[in-house]
Amino acid sequence: MSRLSHLQALEAESIHIIREVASEFQRPVMLYSIGKDSSVMVRLAQKAFYPGPIPFPLLHVDTTYKFKEMIEFRDQFAAQLGVKLIVHSNTSALQAGANPFRLGTERCCGLLKTQSLLDALRAGNYDAAFGGARRDEEKSRAKERIFSFRDSLGQWDPKNQRPELWNIFNGRVEPGESIRVFPLSNWTEMDVWQYIHVENIPIVPLYFAKDRQVLVRGNSLIVPEQDFVKPQLGDKLETVRCRMRSLGCSPCTGAVRSDADTLPKIIAELVAVRNSERENRVIDHDREGSMELKKREGYF
Amino acid sequence: MSAAFVEEPSQKFDIEQFLAAEESKGLLRLTTAGSVDDGKSTLIGRLLHDAKGAYEDQLKSAVRGGQIDFSLLTDGLRAEREQGITIDVAYRYFATIKRKFILADTPGHEQYTRNMATGASTAELAIILLDAHRGLTTQSRRHAFIATLLAIPNFVIAVNKMDLVGYDQEVFNRIRAEFEPFLERIGTKNYYFLPLSALKGDNVVDRGSHMPWFNGPCLLEYLETVDPADNMVQAPFRMAVQRVVRPDQNFRGYAGQIASGTIRPGDEVQALPSGRRSKVKRVVTFDGDLKMAHAPQSVTLTLADEIDISRGDMISSGTPSQSARMFDATMVWFDAHPLDPAHDYLVKHTSHTVPARVDGVRHLINVATLESEPATSLAMNEIGVVRIATAKPLFFDPYKDNRVTGSFILIDRKTNHTAGAGMILAAAEGSLEDAADRLVRLVRAAVPEGSQLNLPSDDAQAMEVVRGLLKGVLK
Repeated sequence: MSRLSHLQALEAESIHIIREVASEFQRPVMLYSIGKDSSVMVRLAQKAFYPGPIPFPLLHVDTTYKFKEMIEFRDQFAAQLGVKLIVHSNTSALQAGANPFRLGTERCCGLLKTQSLLDALRAGNYDAAFGGARRDEEKSRAKERIFSFRDSLGQWDPKNQRPELWNIFNGRVEPGESIRVFPLSNWTEMDVWQYIHVENIPIVPLYFAKDRQVLVRGNSLIVPEQDFVKPQLGDKLETVRCRMRSLGCSPCTGAVRSDADTLPKIIAELVAVRNSERENRVIDHDREGSMELKKREGYF
Repeated sequence: MSAAFVEEPSQKFDIEQFLAAEESKGLLRLTTAGSVDDGKSTLIGRLLHDAKGAYEDQLKSAVRGGQIDFSLLTDGLRAEREQGITIDVAYRYFATIKRKFILADTPGHEQYTRNMATGASTAELAIILLDAHRGLTTQSRRHAFIATLLAIPNFVIAVNKMDLVGYDQEVFNRIRAEFEPFLERIGTKNYYFLPLSALKGDNVVDRGSHMPWFNGPCLLEYLETVDPADNMVQAPFRMAVQRVVRPDQNFRGYAGQIASGTIRPGDEVQALPSGRRSKVKRVVTFDGDLKMAHAPQSVTLTLADEIDISRGDMISSGTPSQSARMFDATMVWFDAHPLDPAHDYLVKHTSHTVPARVDGVRHLINVATLESEPATSLAMNEIGVVRIATAKPLFFDPYKDNRVTGSFILIDRKTNHTAGAGMILAAAEGSLEDAADRLVRLVRAAVPEGSQLNLPSDDAQAMEVVRGLLKGVLK
């Protein structure tokens, strides 16, 4: 009997979700973070509406502290795809000098990511926003619905989520309320990498190992792209062969030592790796359950 | 070594070989139900740990008193960690070299029946966990009943904590003898009784040495090899249209996920509710046209004739779906506000959302005793049989035949809450479209928009077609 492979099954499920959103909502938007998961999500959107175009814009919430290579990649990617790209930044917070060193990572994320995202969604009057989050990333995400309801303040109430059965999604909202949609909910990091490989999906070169100048701080390797990232006591500036396992803001996203400079080598590394990918993200470790707290407030 | 994700990569690790193996790897969706007391979190924690689904930094945060507390790997929300209970469905992912698994982990207490139903809705296998020391409980029966109600095709009855009863075969046999008649009575399919100890690891990923009297495969081996018994590919073709894809004047396609069956270019299909027939011209995907597609693929179909089809319509072939505005369904109630026949609801069924009301509760099912009890409403976590009346006809199959076209959710129009989930039993008697209605629709369907009768030119063949149609009408 014919049965789909796990990647085919995941693809079919994600396409179904993306089509439901495009059909049921007035103004959907797809959050585009430039990372590998976003790249996969955009490919699935292309597949969902083929031979038609993607019927919604992409939205990038830019903290302005992203890696330079990410921004170059973003602009090229959007141009090639012919899709509308909206870039939003919290300019007033940035003008007031917001950065993770002055404010701490928690407040900085709150202003430049969460607040900025909520402002962008409100400005566009979007009633549905796709995000590339996966349930295997973090414990509180394991319980989030594929269609995740947000009240008029953009907040998530984990104890009061809509039950979600079969592949039937309830996307009914009142004006001002919205739904965050996670078409990659059931994908794992391994699935994403395999799909990128099989489908030949372009990704930011930062994912591939090469010699980079980094600040070595304990186990963290920080790329000093921003002026305010300065060596502290005990830091060493070194050239290290390394790569990013996940992409975020350059001051808060550490590289990992690696020789994986091709997709097969990345996948081989993943097979061996015993540390989950978010470990190098400073923000998840702020305090116990920190991702859940951020999500309640509106973070993706 | 079958348990490990893959062997440690060495210099010889061949990625092409690895990816080729991954190419054919299937997916199994499963659900567990059980309370903390049954050792469910410990069992899942062990599966994740031993099958390398939990990474080391997550393991580090689960260490209490120098030992890994496996339950801390799975309880994700703050309130749960604070109270030491599981209050919602959590999805877990792990993989072996043979399969990828998606596990819906659900709480077991009575007040979480709705979570159990949620986890069960997409599962192809259920693990019913019970405690060898305590024996069969009302809760085990309830789990088995709900999983059977949701039509999960495979069951593992995991008799846990065998270490507490000295790995005694008699205890295991006694529990099996007590539980089997119940499973037979409720119609559970393909069940496998398995003695294990999640705490000690016996019969989870490895056999262990404590139960030489048991010869069956251990849990992970069983999960890797069980035939999902998914008959949806053989069932008649059904695809609800999610969206009409029309990028320009030359292309008009109907996008959807195939609910059941297979489809090929040239196949004759019928569109509901119009009843019009046409042939599939192309099965379109981003990766090129397909010669054949089957459930659960997402595709776009183009048809040979210009017929009016929009979102919510059903494209089907083979045995026709039932069509009715009134039907009976088994309902699991979710909302804090009880089911109210005077209230306005919406039914969302496939990609079709229609106004509906509940035309009475036929009875409530006592999940502990399986007895029917009279009722006029359903409260949160209750299960009952209700009659639903919709503003427009739905095109469905009974849930036992098709979990996609036989399921629906009920949405509260005031709050937008998902108030309940339904599994269609059958059209209410006398509510099937009456014969005249149906004849008119069939005749209209037989006459294409150009007005030429769409019957075979050969009289005998045409008569055969009409006879076939009438047979359906008059049954």
